[in-house]
Amino acid sequence: MKEKSQVESIDRNMYDFRNEDRDNYKLNAGLTEEIVDKISKEKNDPAWMNLFRLQSLQIYNRMSVPNWGPPIDGLDMDNIVTYVRPNTKMSAKWSDVPDEIKDTFERLGIPQAERKSLAGVGAQYDSELVYHNVREEVAAMGVVYTDLESAMHGEYADMIRSHFMKLVKPTDHKFAALHGAVWSGGSFVYVPPHVKVEIPLQSYFRLNSPGAGQFEHTLIIVDEGADLHFIEGCSAPKYNVANLHAGCVELFVGKNARLRYSTIENWSKNMYNLNTKRATVEEGGTMEWVSGSFGSHVSYLYPMTILKGKNSRMEFTGITFAGKGQNLDTGAKVVHIGENTSSYINTKSISKDGGISTFRSSVIVGKNAHKSKAAVSCQSLMLDDISRSDTIPAMDIRTGDADVGHEARIGRISDDAVFYLMSRGISEEDARAMIVGGFADNVSKELPLEYAVEMNNLIRLEMKGAIG
Amino acid sequence: MSTLLEVSNLNVSIDDKHILHDVSMQINEGEAHVLMGPNGAGKSTLGYALMGNPQYTIESGKIVFAGSDITSESPDKRAKAGMFLSFQTPLEVPGLTVESFLRSALEQRTGKRIKLFDFKKKLAAAMELLQLDPSYAKRDLNVGFSGGEKKKTEILQLLMFRPKLAILDETDSGLDVDAVRLVSNGIKTYLEEENGALLVITHSTRILDAFDIDKTHVIVDGHVVADGDASMVDDINENGYEKYIEMAGK
Repeated sequence: MKEKSQVESIDRNMYDFRNEDRDNYKLNAGLTEEIVDKISKEKNDPAWMNLFRLQSLQIYNRMSVPNWGPPIDGLDMDNIVTYVRPNTKMSAKWSDVPDEIKDTFERLGIPQAERKSLAGVGAQYDSELVYHNVREEVAAMGVVYTDLESAMHGEYADMIRSHFMKLVKPTDHKFAALHGAVWSGGSFVYVPPHVKVEIPLQSYFRLNSPGAGQFEHTLIIVDEGADLHFIEGCSAPKYNVANLHAGCVELFVGKNARLRYSTIENWSKNMYNLNTKRATVEEGGTMEWVSGSFGSHVSYLYPMTILKGKNSRMEFTGITFAGKGQNLDTGAKVVHIGENTSSYINTKSISKDGGISTFRSSVIVGKNAHKSKAAVSCQSLMLDDISRSDTIPAMDIRTGDADVGHEARIGRISDDAVFYLMSRGISEEDARAMIVGGFADNVSKELPLEYAVEMNNLIRLEMKGAIG
Repeated sequence: MSTLLEVSNLNVSIDDKHILHDVSMQINEGEAHVLMGPNGAGKSTLGYALMGNPQYTIESGKIVFAGSDITSESPDKRAKAGMFLSFQTPLEVPGLTVESFLRSALEQRTGKRIKLFDFKKKLAAAMELLQLDPSYAKRDLNVGFSGGEKKKTEILQLLMFRPKLAILDETDSGLDVDAVRLVSNGIKTYLEEENGALLVITHSTRILDAFDIDKTHVIVDGHVVADGDASMVDDINENGYEKYIEMAGK
């Protein structure tokens, strides 16, 4: 079960978004300086941000859409402006929210009052109060936890300016450029040196601001020796009128600091989720990712960690569930720069009802990353013959003394195991759900209890009707 | 004593291969039956067919259990009706703990929520009887268990579920003397407290010392060639299956 195979370097260009500028002309018809300026004014941007947006817009217009992953033909790139119109257009009617999502709220037991806000159609709810309370509690420890817009004007303005989109640059790919031009909403967290935040901070409470959850930006800085657990999103399905999500997450982990970033994304099944997440870790620091990808029509999601300082480490635990009509392309990337750095990528993917799940990993060990360790483990479970599961690992190792391992397994639910559980009085549907739930267990274990419960409910829900 | 299981003229095949031929058998409540036969005779097939493994096709015949015709019922319905099969090779289910599996199964069998306290008490007692370390409750079902631990876990399920009929498929094979004793204790407890019936599939006799045998069946090449009392077991021990293989040849 634990056998390792050394995998030779595979073409890593597949991870590069850069393409020829052949769509140049066509796309100029889309987003204009005028629109971006308007967004900038509404946000009351400082001058540098206004300029940043306009520069990003130029980059956006220059770049092509990626052509190496799942098709995104369903996005109307000629008319991108319909996706980025400011907030007023974003709100919808409760009656427009698909029944499937309403049904899921019901089954997940999401409180009535929160359903509308989660679906993006409601106003502010009581959760705002909870958010304030949490904020005050951590503020007493010197932690800054606020929305990015207001942080740009306050005490931390310089910090934002020196970090914002420095890790994920607008030139990275077309949707990063789009994000740079039209980003809106999101969180800013700063944990001062040696402060250890005991309670996990949850952005859950912030999801209800209008337009949030489409181009939101998360910027977290954990200073030297500090410790934080941040939880983004929740397992309730998120419904937006516009079906493009191009968020961005930038995480800075200081010397000997630790950041745990947990997220469960569950987008409505028409969503194109083109999200970019990246972390950089200084000497002796630790970055831990827990990532659950549910929902969406198409996802491109490969959180990346740069292990910059020596002895820094990262662990990535992820699960992806691709059902009917879904093409989820997920994975993780790591770049070892510092000496004696270590990384462990451990993912599970489930596909059913014709869903496609592709796992991509990229491990780069630089020439100075002596004695570094990298391990990648990927397990896939296909629930029927029409679903697909692919694994695309890439490794680029530039030092002779690194220890690199890769393990991939693709499997099916064993009929014998189903019979075994059924012979104990468990229905077929539940037997299958228990086996799939067990498969996902190492991810559930990493989540705070209420999220683990919700994720298990979600798996159970996705499994309903899996028996035809 | 009333009839618990009535198998009549059962014909079973797997992958178009005809394995069981016209098997008939009657087990009354509280009776202990032994099914013996050489390797490949179809003993385990009968166990699977009775429990409803979908890989086995019932070509003809009938299985009546606890008053209902269950010939085409699904395995979970049979289990709920009170049938239990201890697997020769229990399956591993990663990520599903013994404890949560047992509790879910019990709740599904009874259709009622079970109080955690009562459940834990019952589980602890059963585990102690089998000398299974309490830490095993938190472990993934059968994952990384030794052969003996897997068999003990099967008997643990027997003690928790308390079925009307337990089919024990080679439960004693591969066990050391101590493990056979503990497993036998578990079976005895089940028989005494539940007045349960047994169908013991075996080709050794160690486990049979633990209780009184009411009936013995010998199966060869998919045919039940002889039925008798406990003395048949001794006969087979001394003289082997030769006589029965000859009977099947006719």
